[in-house]
Amino acid sequence: MTLETTETKLLSISDIRSSIESGTRNATVLAEACFHQVEARDAEIHAYLSTNRERALEQAARIDDLATKGEPLPVLAGVPVGIKDVLTIEGLQATAGSKILQGYCAPYTATAVKKLEAAGAIVLGKLNCDEFAMGSSNENSAYGPVHNPHALDRVPGGSSGGSAAAVAAGMAVATLGTDTGGSIRQPASFCGVVGILPTYGRVSRYGLIAFASSLDRIGPFTANVRDAATVLGVIAGHDPMDATSSPLPVPDYIAGIDKGVAGLRLGVPSEYFAEGLDPEVRAAIESSIEKLRAAGATIKPISLPHTRYAIPTYYIIATAEASANLARFDGVRYGYRAKDSDTLSAMYRRSRDGGFGAEVKRRIMLGTYALSAGYYDAYYKKAQQVRRLLTEDFLKAFAEVDAILTPTAPTPAFKIGEKVDDPVSMYLADIYTVTASLAGICGLSVPSGKSQEGLPIGLQILGKHFDEAMILRVAQSVENLN
Amino acid sequence: MSDSATVSVNDVRRVAELANLELTAEEEIRMLRDLNAILGHVSQLNELDTSAVAPMAQVHEVIGDGPQSVLRPDQTVPCLDRSRVMASAPDTDGIFFKVPKVIER
Repeated sequence: MTLETTETKLLSISDIRSSIESGTRNATVLAEACFHQVEARDAEIHAYLSTNRERALEQAARIDDLATKGEPLPVLAGVPVGIKDVLTIEGLQATAGSKILQGYCAPYTATAVKKLEAAGAIVLGKLNCDEFAMGSSNENSAYGPVHNPHALDRVPGGSSGGSAAAVAAGMAVATLGTDTGGSIRQPASFCGVVGILPTYGRVSRYGLIAFASSLDRIGPFTANVRDAATVLGVIAGHDPMDATSSPLPVPDYIAGIDKGVAGLRLGVPSEYFAEGLDPEVRAAIESSIEKLRAAGATIKPISLPHTRYAIPTYYIIATAEASANLARFDGVRYGYRAKDSDTLSAMYRRSRDGGFGAEVKRRIMLGTYALSAGYYDAYYKKAQQVRRLLTEDFLKAFAEVDAILTPTAPTPAFKIGEKVDDPVSMYLADIYTVTASLAGICGLSVPSGKSQEGLPIGLQILGKHFDEAMILRVAQSVENLN
Repeated sequence: MSDSATVSVNDVRRVAELANLELTAEEEIRMLRDLNAILGHVSQLNELDTSAVAPMAQVHEVIGDGPQSVLRPDQTVPCLDRSRVMASAPDTDGIFFKVPKVIER
């Protein structure tokens, strides 16, 4: 058991499946080992909001039963996973990190989770996150912050902080997170794990508690690139329950992953290496780029000229959509209802005021303002126009390069409390990630060295729409070369 | 949006009402400060001439997988079972959601 515990972080998905198949490992023992690890570490990390041992052990027993009978095992057989608490699972709590959903149990399961479970994954529990996925540090969770496993006084990033920290601390082999402006890639960078932002439409959003519907995406966190490719292959694909999910076939993401980078054209945008980039992050990213060059890639300097407008564009579009999406939390059908209101409108206001945290209110206010009469053209329409310019920057760049390399975040993980009083400085933590969110392209963060203090640094690899296979191939090379 | 666009306390109150939020006096002051800081940052967008740029609402517009990908046959399918949904309601008689009176005087 102890051996399993310390080993969890080093286990790969294919190892788990093949060892269960051959009888040298047991899904139940592995799930128990993960729960032991949660007991040992999570009091100080706080990645999990809830665990469901009984349900997980039932799932594990089914896998062990299949193995005993010698039946073929599905691709994620016995893989212990955690799910960000903005995704629903029938009968389990779904808080979205908010008081307004405290005690709420979902009546249906998100498609991405359903696909994981159908592939044999063992769901350990639901993971902490910023309230309604709004945040870059996980400090906006109504249930308390997550601590970075590499340095407990630092943030794990956000909003999928629990998802990144759980993998980094060996409390799950894979997790699902969501990314609206960087919420998978930035915590992956801060916690030293792999995190993928799939192309918009690649993974169904059914069962995702919506933040900004034109930007929200679901993607995996894992300890290595190959596992991330495996999980992505499981959760991707068309879903009749999400009209924006793409009917394009899902390729085999593993097939070309070891092709290397020789002959590839990799773009390096000057705008991502300007003022504000931490020198240690710059050095680590430049070192990875040099290794890719030495491995045969052609490194091309490129320009994405509208990059500096991405943060203001994002914060108008995302908050406008959020103000509409969060209108459904009104105390009528589910969630928190303020007691003893005389009228319906008083009940709405008091339930929302008592249920939402400060950052969520701030974003609802900003989005409502941007959409209100007299300001719509000046803010919302303007932001949508700039969104097109930002997207066209990428389309032009991808005519010349196969993938783009940038830092994932301007700094390593910052200290808990450092930015909480300054929303603009907090928003700037997403400066390198929001562009891909607005353009709908795919991206990922792969570990690329550490700072002198031992804090992880992530390389962001961006790819064309639906070209996840390419960024995974580049990421595999980065992982091999580091 | 001008570079000097500023939000007043009255704007904060009006927007809070639109958003069905009830802010305390303290929250109003913080909101005023934060919205002005954020909108100050947003005013950078005025540097760009976008008069000839069409607004982009979502990514399908530029990757061209077209509306046929989002249209489906108009068929009825079963919805969630009422009892499962009503189990989450704060106040219900099992069939309807119960709320305080709607008509105000």
